[in-house]
Amino acid sequence: MAQLTAQTKSRDQVLILQPTRGWGSLNLGEVWKYRELVYFLTWRDLKVRYKQTALGAAWAVLQPFLSMVVFSVLFGRLLGMPSDDVPYPVFSYTALLPWGVFSKAINDAGRSLVTNRAMITKIYFPRLVIPLASILSGVVDFLIAFVVLIGMMWYYGISPTANIWALPLLLLLALVTALGVGLWLSAMNVLYRDIGYVIPFLTQLWFYLTPIVYPTSKIPGGWQLVYATNPLVGVVEGFRWALLDTSNAPGPMIIVSSVIAVFILVSGMFYFRRMERTFADMV
Amino acid sequence: MMSDIALRVENLGKQYRIGLSPPRYRTLRESLVEAASLPGWLTRRSGEAANGRIWALRGVTFEVRQGQVLGVIGRNGAGKSTLLKILSRVTEPTEGMAEIHGQVGSLLEVGTGFHPELTGRENIYLNGAILGMKKAEIEAKFDEIVSFAEVEKFIDTPVKRYSSGMYLRLAFAVAAHLEPDILVVDEVLAVGDAEFQRRCLGKMSEVASEGRTVLFVSHNMSAILRLTNETILLDKGQLVLRAPTQEAVDYYMNSGYSQTGQRIWETDEISPDARPFRPIALRLCNKEGQMVETARSVEPLSIVVEYELSEPITGLRVGLYLMTTRGEYVFTTFDTDRPEMYDRFGIRPAGRYQSVCTVPANFLNEGRYVLGLNASSYRIKRYFQDEQALTFTVDGTGAPGMQWAEPRLGPVRPDLDWRIESDDQ
Repeated sequence: MAQLTAQTKSRDQVLILQPTRGWGSLNLGEVWKYRELVYFLTWRDLKVRYKQTALGAAWAVLQPFLSMVVFSVLFGRLLGMPSDDVPYPVFSYTALLPWGVFSKAINDAGRSLVTNRAMITKIYFPRLVIPLASILSGVVDFLIAFVVLIGMMWYYGISPTANIWALPLLLLLALVTALGVGLWLSAMNVLYRDIGYVIPFLTQLWFYLTPIVYPTSKIPGGWQLVYATNPLVGVVEGFRWALLDTSNAPGPMIIVSSVIAVFILVSGMFYFRRMERTFADMV
Repeated sequence: MMSDIALRVENLGKQYRIGLSPPRYRTLRESLVEAASLPGWLTRRSGEAANGRIWALRGVTFEVRQGQVLGVIGRNGAGKSTLLKILSRVTEPTEGMAEIHGQVGSLLEVGTGFHPELTGRENIYLNGAILGMKKAEIEAKFDEIVSFAEVEKFIDTPVKRYSSGMYLRLAFAVAAHLEPDILVVDEVLAVGDAEFQRRCLGKMSEVASEGRTVLFVSHNMSAILRLTNETILLDKGQLVLRAPTQEAVDYYMNSGYSQTGQRIWETDEISPDARPFRPIALRLCNKEGQMVETARSVEPLSIVVEYELSEPITGLRVGLYLMTTRGEYVFTTFDTDRPEMYDRFGIRPAGRYQSVCTVPANFLNEGRYVLGLNASSYRIKRYFQDEQALTFTVDGTGAPGMQWAEPRLGPVRPDLDWRIESDDQ
């Protein structure tokens, strides 16, 4: 009986399908309606990754940890890179965590539409769900790797500052940036498959533009805010500030980073929505 | 009364741009060969314009009442799939509009989003969510889905270990338990064994009898006849006819829409993934080498595959699938099946080829058949596949047993040796 009423109700909804002209609306309500799909796709990504790899979830830790070891030897020991008076391993690992979320997210999201081609050409759902899910699966990796950071801080006798409340917001900033960049890349990747080759290169450049192996203090004072137009600068500085008490509140930098990140996200969404109409025809 | 209408389509059109995918590198030789191949120009579809745009669907207007089961028929490339894709919101129309009352569910392809590494249980949830079901809804129907698919024992086994039959059953079961107001079904019946198809058809008539609106696309005329009362016929993107199903099917079968004896692939129909293989044509010839639309059961039939390789391919095999229009496979055959052919054509150099397969006389029963084409290198790559490249009729005149007008069961009608012995001699 309940089913019957539900049906009568849905029959009353009228949907008009028409060509959209110009820039469509973002239609985020539709994405909200499909939130369970976001959940299932994220879950699929994780499950499949952990099932297919021999080391499974250990990868989430190994990747940043091994990078940290290499950087500590290379930059910390051999090159004597300053690290804001914090042991170099913790200094770099703290930055590697949000960086890991970001780089994995843009890589996965950038390819996500092409990898999920079969679904896109067969079934309707808001396409935004796909890059969104591929970004969220990185958060789980982040949380796993974060446990190691806690261990390292304990080992070096560093206790987090009271500013730790800002951490979720900073993570959100990293995700917003990643989603924005991911949306641009994934939509462009449908059009130009070259993007698949651009992504690794872009990631590498971005890595050097982010204060992971070096401290922000290396950047001349007048340039710091310009430098912060890379949203990841704000994220990494914020992480070090909240956890390691490295600098004075990097407020202005984070504000610049946030403004840019939101700009990338909103423009990415509009671009994505505009291209969305043709995905199924081109992918 | 407006509320009676489930679906209203007005002047619907969809234009595709050819070559939207990144322009691939072309050699001068390729362009010359293309310019020289006359059939390519002569058979250009009417909707095709010089500026590289093609109307896959144009000016289509119709209505479907609530609870009606409407069949959609037409040859390959007639625009059926495009129509369904627009109605299921996979792609946007280029012009016109469609008004949909209620929720649309589509069975465009079963098993979409299935992941081989995940178990049956996990795939049910995932696939259900992809198809738009809520988690609670999937949970409520879970047992029903599992028992419909008959995979109880394997529900926690990764689906990569399933037989293809189990996989299909599970995929169909999930899709079949969607409860949309309007169900859009495309050719799901072209796959699977006879038993699977029987179940699919059963489920479909169940859905129809529940008063849901169904749009059913198929090449399987007997399924169309069984499930629908009214049918629309599309050709070259346009709606040609809307009539009671029997009438529409008769018209379709007799008017030559389905019978050309030849299938020609336009460059824009071939995915760039097929490279370096490029199918050109598939045609049926009688023993005199003339192209025929209807084959005779008592004469040998030649099936000619014309294709071009822009680069040499190692281990290429060009093959044919023969299927009845009811979807049963009759045979699969490859041009390098015989060991001597296999040895001789280990590497096929670039160039233009014809692979000719001869089906002996007194082999096929009278009826309608569907020919599929496949070009692949075993375990390396499938270059090209079109499971419904060509439909043709076999005429039984003169075949053994024709003195009795009854239809013979089975897709083959061999002329077998019989001996009758009497114990009295």
